[in-house]
Amino acid sequence: MRLTNRDWNALGLSALLIAVVCCLPFLTQGYWLSIGVTIAMYAVLATSWALFSGPTHYISLATAAFFGVGTYTVGYGIEVLPYWTLLPIAGVLGAVLAALAGLATLRLSGVYFVIFTLGLAEFIRQIITWVQNLTGQRGIYVLTSITESHIYWQLVGLAALVFLTGWLIGRSRLGFALRIIGDDEEVARHSGIHTARAKVLLFMVPGAAAAIAGAILAPRYVYIEPMLAFTPMLSFQVVIMALLGGTGRLWGPLVGVIPFTIIWEAISASFPNQTTLLLGVSFLVIVYLLPRGFVGLIEDTRHRGREAQA
Amino acid sequence: MRAQSPVLALRGVTKRFGGLVAVNAMDFDVAEHEVLGLIGPNGSGKSTTLNLISGALHPTAGTISLRGTPITELPAQDIARRGISRTFQLVRLLPSMTVAENVMAGAVFGHRRRWGGEATAHAEAMLERVGLARRGHLRVGQLTYIDTKRVELARVLASDPKVLLLDEWLAGLNPTELEEGIALIRSLRDEGRTVILVEHVMDAIRSLCDRCVVMASGTKIAEGGVSDVLSDPEVIRAYLGDEDA
Ligand SMILES: Nc1ncnc2c1ncn2[C@@H]1O[C@H](COP(=O)(O)OP(=O)(O)OP(=O)(O)O)[C@@H](O)[C@H]1O
Ligand SMILES: [Mg+2]
Repeated sequence: MRLTNRDWNALGLSALLIAVVCCLPFLTQGYWLSIGVTIAMYAVLATSWALFSGPTHYISLATAAFFGVGTYTVGYGIEVLPYWTLLPIAGVLGAVLAALAGLATLRLSGVYFVIFTLGLAEFIRQIITWVQNLTGQRGIYVLTSITESHIYWQLVGLAALVFLTGWLIGRSRLGFALRIIGDDEEVARHSGIHTARAKVLLFMVPGAAAAIAGAILAPRYVYIEPMLAFTPMLSFQVVIMALLGGTGRLWGPLVGVIPFTIIWEAISASFPNQTTLLLGVSFLVIVYLLPRGFVGLIEDTRHRGREAQA
Repeated sequence: MRAQSPVLALRGVTKRFGGLVAVNAMDFDVAEHEVLGLIGPNGSGKSTTLNLISGALHPTAGTISLRGTPITELPAQDIARRGISRTFQLVRLLPSMTVAENVMAGAVFGHRRRWGGEATAHAEAMLERVGLARRGHLRVGQLTYIDTKRVELARVLASDPKVLLLDEWLAGLNPTELEEGIALIRSLRDEGRTVILVEHVMDAIRSLCDRCVVMASGTKIAEGGVSDVLSDPEVIRAYLGDEDA
């Protein structure tokens, strides 16, 4: 693989940005750091979600399932294994779960996939609740000395990893295959692309990323319960943020995550009982007004600017 | 009996859609370097036959083999990799991509797989081959109808197929374009490619095909040299009132 000057510039700029973003805990500790953690978390979730759902047009609501698996990996594992080994284990579990879910559903049409992924989170939550009922527990404590700053840095690192993965996929045969699949699956198959394998492979990326994010956040929750770790709200919020930003570009979801998180924090503090309703409304607004997200808006404006010049 | 074993062989190939038998016990061979015309009135099962060969559909009964190896149950992507490549009756291009990227799709994932500079160069060569040299940067939406057909053909050629399936590639062209189109397919023939040509344009069949298979209501009603087949009374009867060439 040969890198052009533009690639080097992009990589250099990204490294610089990450370094700047990593300084946040030195500037502030309270409210803004906690917003920073939330933004970094959604950046991981929405960007990895869009890596799969952007090109394939499959809407996945499995984020909560992967996230919860990661959280519980730390919940159950922290007593027996060192924390650092739990992150890769969570990633592997998330990827395997995604591969199984993908093998079971990706041959089916998009509608079945949406329902199945939504059901998956619910299903795993029920299993864990059932296991806990057997043992008489209601939740588990995750007691560590990991601070909010550590969590923030880990999430930023994970986000950087997700971006790097997305960038590499975009340059690979897999990335090209997925663009073809997104345009016309029949043509993809007749060109020799193993469409099911490509989709399953790609689905493992958000699976692993969301599970690792769940694992990183487990110490922040301290006490984890199934309803917290597998909350369906998480899946919906990720979809909305990714669509708000736009899935056509790697950086698209991030453009949605940042404003949405900040506004959402403010709104849900003022109207704590109407969050579900507001989430639904924002979804409708985005789909109707910004079908291609901010990315589409930015690109249209650029186009118009260029046409005006010409 | 031909001395050489056929590249492609269909035996008793049948496809049922519910109660409708779209393809009924088709038997035919395609020899190496042969251009075989597959003709018949509308709805006689030509496209369905191509769909069965390319793996878009699977037969209800019968076997299809490529150089003696059965490919009947293989999915489309495996059949494409083994070297059977097709165009579609209604042109299918990749709308979000440039002309060059459309052709790259064939070059990267087809029978012979390429990547990077090799794939780009090969795609460019294929575009030149179909008469679209230096048009690779265009968007698919900017193309004329015949040019969309050229791009699809270039994509198919880019995968270095052993067998090409062309489903009414010449349909919908105006007289000038038709001449260009026939010349282009003749050049494929002259390269010694193995082709199944589904066509309604009889002039094209006469000037391009070595042999013909004629279908009517899913069944093969004639097979043989083009002029013999076209003067066969049963074929004339099948086409009566449906002759559009
Ligand atoms: N997927 C399908 N489901 C149900 N019926 C189908 C399907 N595909 C084709 N058919 C039917 O099978 C028959 C053969 O169709 P086919 O498209 O193979 O004909 P054709 O010879 O290619 O016709 P044309 O010259 O119009 O392209 C038709 O009656 C058609 O309606
Ligand atoms: Mg047809």
